[in-house]
Amino acid sequence: MRPILMKGHERPLTFLKYNREGDLLVSCAKDHNPTVWFADNGERLGTYRGHNGAVWCCDVSRDSMLLITASADQSVKLWNVQTGAQLYTFSFNSPARSVDFSVGDKLAVITTDPFMGVTSAINVKSIADDPSQQSGESVLTITGPTGRINRAVWGPLNKTIISAGEDSVIRIWDSETGKLLKESTPEVGHKKQITSLTKSADGSHFLTGSLDKSAKLWDTRTLTLIKTYATERPVNAVAMSPLLDHVVLGGGQDASSVTTTDHRAGKFEAKFYNKVLQEEIGGVKGHFGPINALAFNPDGKRLALHIDDHLSGNAGTIRWPIFVGMMWCANVEMGSTSFSSGGEDGYVRLHHFDPDYFSIKI
Amino acid sequence: MGEISLTELEARAAASGIDLSLIDIDSIKLPPGDDFGVISDDEDIYQEEQMDFDYGLGNTIVVDNLPVVPKEKFDKLEGVINKIYSQIGVIKEDGLWMPVDPGTQKTLGYCFIEYNTPQEAELAKEKTNGYKLDRAHVFAVNMIEDFNRFMKVPDEWAPPEIRPYVPGENLQHWLTDEKARDQFVIRAGSDTEVFWNDARHMKPDPVYKRAYWTESFVQWSPLGTYLATVHRQGAAVWGGSSAFNRLMRYAHPQVKLIDFSPGEKYLVTYSSHEPSNPRDANRVVINIFDVRTGKVMRDFKGSADEFSIGGAGGVAGVSWPVFRWGGGKDDKYFAKIGKNMISVYETESFSLVDKKSLKAENVLDFIWSPTDPIFALYVPELGGGNQPARVSLIQIPGKEELRQKNLFSVSDCKMYWQSNGDYLAVKVDRYTKTKKSTYTGFELFRIKERDIPIEVLELDNKNDKIIAFAWEPKGHRFAVVHGDSPRPDVSFYSMRSAHNTGRVSKLTTLKGKQANALFWSPSGHYLIIAGLKGFNGQLEFYNVDELETMATAEHFMATDIEWDPTGRYVATSVTSVHHDMENGFNIWSFNGKLLYRTLKDHFFQFLWRPRPPSFLSPEKEEEIAKNLKKYSKKYEAEDQDVSLQLSEQDREKRRMLKDEWEKWVNQWKLLHEEEKLQRQALRDGEASDEEEEYEAKEVEVEELLDVSEEILSFEYGQE
Repeated sequence: MRPILMKGHERPLTFLKYNREGDLLVSCAKDHNPTVWFADNGERLGTYRGHNGAVWCCDVSRDSMLLITASADQSVKLWNVQTGAQLYTFSFNSPARSVDFSVGDKLAVITTDPFMGVTSAINVKSIADDPSQQSGESVLTITGPTGRINRAVWGPLNKTIISAGEDSVIRIWDSETGKLLKESTPEVGHKKQITSLTKSADGSHFLTGSLDKSAKLWDTRTLTLIKTYATERPVNAVAMSPLLDHVVLGGGQDASSVTTTDHRAGKFEAKFYNKVLQEEIGGVKGHFGPINALAFNPDGKRLALHIDDHLSGNAGTIRWPIFVGMMWCANVEMGSTSFSSGGEDGYVRLHHFDPDYFSIKI
Repeated sequence: MGEISLTELEARAAASGIDLSLIDIDSIKLPPGDDFGVISDDEDIYQEEQMDFDYGLGNTIVVDNLPVVPKEKFDKLEGVINKIYSQIGVIKEDGLWMPVDPGTQKTLGYCFIEYNTPQEAELAKEKTNGYKLDRAHVFAVNMIEDFNRFMKVPDEWAPPEIRPYVPGENLQHWLTDEKARDQFVIRAGSDTEVFWNDARHMKPDPVYKRAYWTESFVQWSPLGTYLATVHRQGAAVWGGSSAFNRLMRYAHPQVKLIDFSPGEKYLVTYSSHEPSNPRDANRVVINIFDVRTGKVMRDFKGSADEFSIGGAGGVAGVSWPVFRWGGGKDDKYFAKIGKNMISVYETESFSLVDKKSLKAENVLDFIWSPTDPIFALYVPELGGGNQPARVSLIQIPGKEELRQKNLFSVSDCKMYWQSNGDYLAVKVDRYTKTKKSTYTGFELFRIKERDIPIEVLELDNKNDKIIAFAWEPKGHRFAVVHGDSPRPDVSFYSMRSAHNTGRVSKLTTLKGKQANALFWSPSGHYLIIAGLKGFNGQLEFYNVDELETMATAEHFMATDIEWDPTGRYVATSVTSVHHDMENGFNIWSFNGKLLYRTLKDHFFQFLWRPRPPSFLSPEKEEEIAKNLKKYSKKYEAEDQDVSLQLSEQDREKRRMLKDEWEKWVNQWKLLHEEEKLQRQALRDGEASDEEEEYEAKEVEVEELLDVSEEILSFEYGQE
């Protein structure tokens, strides 16, 4: 089947999020305008205009009414998903990196970067039912970890917050008191910066990807290391199938050393692993830059992956992609036997897959 | 912390209830920079070095037999000495000291000179010992260290202590492996590891591992007996039956390169030192050690110019190995090329054969036959073409010229010996008439035949560039990669044709291969046509007997290929020297089946442990080859057992993993269920937890966009 091309963003994508039903896909990019798409056919529904900086992360409420976006313009905004209206703006004094709605959508956890002497922080904000009643007060602020916190998500029953970032340590915090409950030890933990973290559908376990070329699966409640998936590339993005015991890792050679000879050298394919056996099952080839974001459709039948080519960058620091003007985005759609990828030109391509993905036997 | 003697240590260990014999000393890691008073094995060498710097004796010489002069002439003599010795190196400030007899005020006839470095002092000693100042005064120059050393010799002779004979370890123990596996060494990061290639189990089986084993590289001896490591203080060899024990050390400060003789009797070490005067060439020190005793058999010292190719200028630097070993595995001769000569040494006395070098005007290159004491040398064209270029075969020790071939309008020559020394191929690049371009031909020498016939071979298209050339080991065939990148051709030739054993014939040409290198199996018959580096690691496993491709494969970005010594397996590797990603190695069977792959970051070296030649006679080998079926039965059965066992193990492992996972999931489900109510509460009582329970409804929405009225003209009676 010919791929369907979806043109939307003009700069590299940073994050992908499906709503609960899996009919909408929200994409965040460095071009300031989060975009919402029909997850089915890749048609663009609209954009959310108002941010003045790269948008790093987003979340959609359970009823698909509310969108929250974190941006490098030092703000986090609430939007009406349907109309695109801006409902509220939380202001910070450093760039916001990640957001996550709690169970019940009454709270949101927001991480902010270290910036101009301000240390990184995890902020908990309460989300009002009526946007006009919304206040900017933090319910809780946690500081402590050094370096950027790349992702913070809610634990079971909103009792804990799990954070991971540049210092390669995974931490579990009490969401009431802000007390540190658990942290991963250097023996079992990652050796380099953790770039991504994603929870399983039921929140019982989560997967972290790191630049140490591995991804690790952890128990959310006990922070026990369950599995390690070793790969050949730095991992920038991870995703877990909600239906099958599959995990997908995306990443690629560090931008500063991306080869100019052959795209295979960079290891830009998305790799599928068997979650239980930790064995590689397959890969999705065809990309020319590192993969930056991955997301599975909650119905388990679609996967969106984002590829970003960050060919320039600050030497020395390993980072989230520093933008050059190339954008790669991919979306693997599997139940509907299709997958899509996007390129330098800012297109998203929908490809079709073999139906036997669901009957893979090992 | 003070030093502890061994007895004290034992006593202390006994007191605290530790059995010392059970402790693996190597496994103890001390914090860096603190040795807890334990002297390391290398300490003696280390201390010697330290002493040099502390007392500065290593760089001081004593010059004797100077004229004895009164006070008035002191300054003049000092000036003369200063002039002589500052030509050789930089004398330290106040480094020249000429003692004066306090009674007579005359000099005592000797002086001390201190240089900046021990190398300079050594050079000064070499150059001026025996220097004639005038007829009565011939300098006697010595290192002050030597004085100290000889002073220490005891006056009474003591009989040397005779040590009881201790049987050595079996250094070839690895050959007795029951599964007939081969070993290899890899170096990745700071670790050096030796493995068995366990092809049956599709994995490497660790033998020995050591961090910081070497400071630059490791190298097997040519028969595989020793593994050599290179350190700042010198080289060392390791081996043994159980583990890798250090067998011998060869002190050579700042050693850079090492080379074994083919029969591994001798080890050549090389170092190059910056001169104190930047305009001078580097100083080169080469030592030849006896591998087993560790004794220096001969040392060579001089400026880098003397050791560089052709002795001319040394722009290209020293080409390693400087000394090339000849005469096969007997290690009888070694030779180096110099300006207009080739110096051949023999190992009985470590001196020049016939006490003089072989004169060869403008010789550019020479290469020994791998088996016989014969070498081929190449002399380029001289006098603008008046004197043709020449390739000669010289036999040692007689230095007779066995055969000579003059060649015209030559731009370059490369010589390739076949591994049995049966054939020599000379690749000759000649200028075309216009001298604007070159074309290539081969001169093929049949060494073992009477009068050494020479045959000229030109490629079908003689303008083709030759990219690679390789003889079949122990065979009569060779392969050539020729043509233009990116898709050159590969041709196979045999030194025999179907009817005539004395004629070269072409076997076949493969068109348009992505290849730039050829790797014959050490037993012949099979060949890997490889496109390394720029060609991304394309591999073609080719059977030359049947002239067919057995398999094509790719090891992406592969930089190196090495056959195991038996020709059963091949290792392809990506080393970090050329490429940063995907470092590691793959092991293939000879017919191109990938057996296993190992990834290692910062991968530097992969080396198979060589095997000594087989003791089987050629007849016996032939018999085995003929009755291979009979012999292989046993191994095939073993193979099957192993593979059954493996799949059984595999299944078991998977089942275990699955069970374990099942346990996790059940536990999670339980907790998830328990928390269900609480979760509902958090969601304001919304019950649906799981997503399957929703119903899709199609809702039709009608929206009135606009209402407008338009008057249409209507003409009556038209219908």
